[in-house]
Amino acid sequence: MDKTQRKIYWNRNLNYLLTLLSIWFAVSFGAGILFAEELNSIRIGGFKLGFWFAQQGSIYTFVILIFIYVRLMNKLDKDFDVDEK
Amino acid sequence: MDVQTWTYIIVGVTFALYIGIAIWSRAGSTKEFYVAGGGVSPLANGMATAADWMSAASFISMAGLISFMGYDGAVYLMGWTGGYVLLALLLAPYLRKFGKFTVPDFIGDRYYSDVARTVAVICAIIVSFTYVAGQMRGVGVVFSRFLEVPINTGVIIGMALVFFYAVLGGMKGITYTQVAQYCVLIFAFMVPAFFISFQLTGNVLPQLGFGGTLSDGTYLLDKLDQLHVELGFAEYTSGSKSTLDVFAITLALMAGTAGLPHVIVRFFTVPKVKDARISAGYALILIAILYTTAPAIAAFARTNLINTVSNKPYADMPEWFSNWEKTGLIKYEDKNGDNLIQYVADAEKNELIIDRDIIVLANPEIAKLPNWVIALVAAGGLAAALSTAAGLLLVISTSVAHDLIKKQIKPDISEKGELLWARIGAAVAVVVAGYFGINPPGFVAAVVALAFGLAAASFFPAIILGIFDKRMNKEGAIAGMVVGITLMLFYMVKFKFDAFGGGGPDDWWFGISPEGFGAVAMCVNVIVSLVISRFTPPAPEDVTEMVENIRYPRGAGAAQDH
Repeated sequence: MDKTQRKIYWNRNLNYLLTLLSIWFAVSFGAGILFAEELNSIRIGGFKLGFWFAQQGSIYTFVILIFIYVRLMNKLDKDFDVDEK
Repeated sequence: MDVQTWTYIIVGVTFALYIGIAIWSRAGSTKEFYVAGGGVSPLANGMATAADWMSAASFISMAGLISFMGYDGAVYLMGWTGGYVLLALLLAPYLRKFGKFTVPDFIGDRYYSDVARTVAVICAIIVSFTYVAGQMRGVGVVFSRFLEVPINTGVIIGMALVFFYAVLGGMKGITYTQVAQYCVLIFAFMVPAFFISFQLTGNVLPQLGFGGTLSDGTYLLDKLDQLHVELGFAEYTSGSKSTLDVFAITLALMAGTAGLPHVIVRFFTVPKVKDARISAGYALILIAILYTTAPAIAAFARTNLINTVSNKPYADMPEWFSNWEKTGLIKYEDKNGDNLIQYVADAEKNELIIDRDIIVLANPEIAKLPNWVIALVAAGGLAAALSTAAGLLLVISTSVAHDLIKKQIKPDISEKGELLWARIGAAVAVVVAGYFGINPPGFVAAVVALAFGLAAASFFPAIILGIFDKRMNKEGAIAGMVVGITLMLFYMVKFKFDAFGGGGPDDWWFGISPEGFGAVAMCVNVIVSLVISRFTPPAPEDVTEMVENIRYPRGAGAAQDH
């Protein structure tokens, strides 16, 4: 793989990281902490929404984020032919 | 059968299982001892990581803490799971590609410096020791309550068991016993949760029961808020910490999690980079099962507890109440002499003090569950404490044998000699940890929480910058680590141990508690590293090449010795 290809691969990786980590930040620090107060006026069943994000929702999102990352990276590795044989 | 017989049977069976696995998976080489030969399947590694990670603190203390903290308990829930996202995305795959045995290995090689390596070894040992002492104490508490042996005997039995499989089996033995321990602990955590959720809300799944309704039709959480307000506590769903402090603590715990050496080292044990990524995913799912259940248990236990004790006659208290009173973890003092229990927020009028550590252990008794469930919880608590203790002991022994003796003192040591040193290191560490378990220094609990701050302020930035910033050099990284950990230690000693003038919550910088200060120290570390590295010579070419190399997965052989 030549230098430009390597650079594209790495930038794409950084893009994925940036997107996924923005979501990571938004659900935990955003919905669960900074805006929890405001979100608490919305209810889902017995939960206030901000409280739910802080004690349940963010954890579910974390799990999903890792699996999306794994899929994206495995595909990227294949496309750029840097996957392990 | 009574609880004690059940406990002897269940704990006996699980212990026999762990010993059997340890004998079957003995380590024959240093590679097997340090990284289980590098051939652990991603799912097995996920389970082992989960057991390694979930300590006595997660199993025994966390739900209790949340039960008393309400919303604020979210710092632990998000902090200790969100770190896995950082670990999976920013650390695990690259460190796996790097392919050595330990975290100090990475720091030492990436920053081409034995000073950096030594700083990393010292950090690893401090973090691991403070952590392991707490685990041994957890073992002692479970033994003393459920098997009615003195706490010290409990600690010694626990030490002997960990000694047996950590010293004999190394990483290989530990990995496979941790797989078994994960199964035991998650089963033990979930069974009572299902029962209690069903009893209270009619919904078997605690995650749903948490938002469900009680038999009188009101939502559980609304009821709890109402009870809290009546007794003068803050609303359960709103908490009492400042937003900034919650933010800082969560961040410190997340970064600390991703920087803990005993967790990172687990990702050296899988065969490929791909496996390292997915195995972090498996680990988080398996951890999330417990972490999404714990807040539900906390709310159930809180409701049950208030309903059982509040304004009830002391003489009518159930058997568990007096059992725990005997251990000193529940204290009742009839201040107004009316023979009723007043459990209220006002410290002057409150008559009941409950140690938060007993919530999970007492929960099945409070909910009147069958005896075998109570025994199961005891076995689960032991599994959680032992698996974490073993993982930490391995980090300590590896640091001594590999990072100090092989890498610095005696590079020509034979494989057999190094393995012997690793076993001696593990043995000494077990004894020292046991000593602290029997004679806990008063500050263990405080320091365990701060271990995360220390890891966040030292390792985490050094590793991340080492991977993502090619320009980072040894001057920057060493300065950053030293400034970060010193600042954190200073803040911790000042506000926790009352030195350098001490001070209370009013004196905290920006209102951030010592638990959350790791987040600030981490930012300072990053800034210092970046600034200093730009004014000093760049890293040599072979190092930048290595950094380039770890960014692409192809060619990651199994973990190699040099």
